[in-house]
Amino acid sequence: MLYSLAGIALFCIALRAVILATAPLRAILAVNVMSSGVFLVLVALARRTPGLVADPVPHAMVITGIVVAVSATAMAIVLTQRLRANVSAPTVEDTPGAGP
Amino acid sequence: MTNPERDTLARLARFGSTLAVALVFAGLAFAMLSLPAEPTGLAAAVRAELPGTGAANPVTAVLLNFRGYDTLLEIAVLLLALLAIWTMRRGQLRPQRDPGDVLESLASIQAPVMLVVAGYLLWAGGSAPGGAFQAGGILAAAGVMLVLAGSGWPQRLSGWPLRVALVLGLSAFICVGVAVVLGGQEFLAYPASGAATIILVLEICATVSIAVILLDMFLSVLRGRASRTDTTASIDQP
Amino acid sequence: MDVAFLFDLLLAALIVWLGWRALTSESLFRAIVLFVAFGLAMGLAWVRLDAIDVALAEVAVSAGLTGALLLAAFGGVQRSGDDDDEP
Repeated sequence: MLYSLAGIALFCIALRAVILATAPLRAILAVNVMSSGVFLVLVALARRTPGLVADPVPHAMVITGIVVAVSATAMAIVLTQRLRANVSAPTVEDTPGAGP
Repeated sequence: MTNPERDTLARLARFGSTLAVALVFAGLAFAMLSLPAEPTGLAAAVRAELPGTGAANPVTAVLLNFRGYDTLLEIAVLLLALLAIWTMRRGQLRPQRDPGDVLESLASIQAPVMLVVAGYLLWAGGSAPGGAFQAGGILAAAGVMLVLAGSGWPQRLSGWPLRVALVLGLSAFICVGVAVVLGGQEFLAYPASGAATIILVLEICATVSIAVILLDMFLSVLRGRASRTDTTASIDQP
Repeated sequence: MDVAFLFDLLLAALIVWLGWRALTSESLFRAIVLFVAFGLAMGLAWVRLDAIDVALAEVAVSAGLTGALLLAAFGGVQRSGDDDDEP
């Protein structure tokens, strides 16, 4: 119960950070924290009743989720890199030879 | 927009988002606290079916037997993400700047150890905590460390061998699934007698694919970082 | 109140605090390092929740690889010099 409340709290503060983020990397980091919060809730609910064995199905889902979250993070980072390269390309400062 | 207006807007956004998130928190916490007390999970069902799955570790049994579809599609998602990255990335990998003696010697000691740990996790995954995802993650991390330590080793995997390693996990899953269907069963429903072997083979293939995919994602990010200075000329001017 | 509950309480508080610091830290570099520390603390939480498999995956994949990815991307942001990091 403690951990699921912590997971909800994480999800919420990270959600606020996503809404307010201006730098793309910070938004990506916040989404990762959000996903950690969701995983925490899932796994905490998997052993809600003390004394019983934890439910392995949410565990398997969370392991899958962790790996998918990493691939999504990598994709988002490459997307922002490409975006930055495309946006900054046509400006005068960035053309080769014009810089300081 | 003038500066004071902007400040007001920013403050408004801060206040509004805090309020909205507090409401979300209250709602979720209420939902959590009002859950029924009796257990409703699938733990008992998994335990009852465990003997026929070919894995003594319930999580592995769920991942590779009961919910084999999930894992199949998950590896497909990884591949798709990598394909998207390949279409977007640009630039070339550059040799790392001198990593220093400490990192270099640490990597040379740690990489073999990580290899052994990954192998153990893969092998133990059937009966103890561990499995394809953990082993693949550790292998990829070892590759990342080698790259950062200036070793050209991980990049040497390219061309056809790289592509084969990337699709190995997914194709192994599909082959097993189709073979089982041809044998008259449902897709990915293994016969109980050979389940342990099938799971081991699938896990090995999945480990290789996951490790190579994750490592290649990291290399792509490194490329994009190096490409900042040399791509400007190649981008279409409007 | 027994020791286990106290430990859980402290760990949950630590996780939320690390997450909060990782989200609000002024310097992006510090935020990423805090995120890695957050991932390791999460690994402890998984162990407390009887999810050793998840703990292994979290520590290897989430803390290790995501941290490396973010740091690599951060290096790119820094080199370009003009990027918007929050004040």
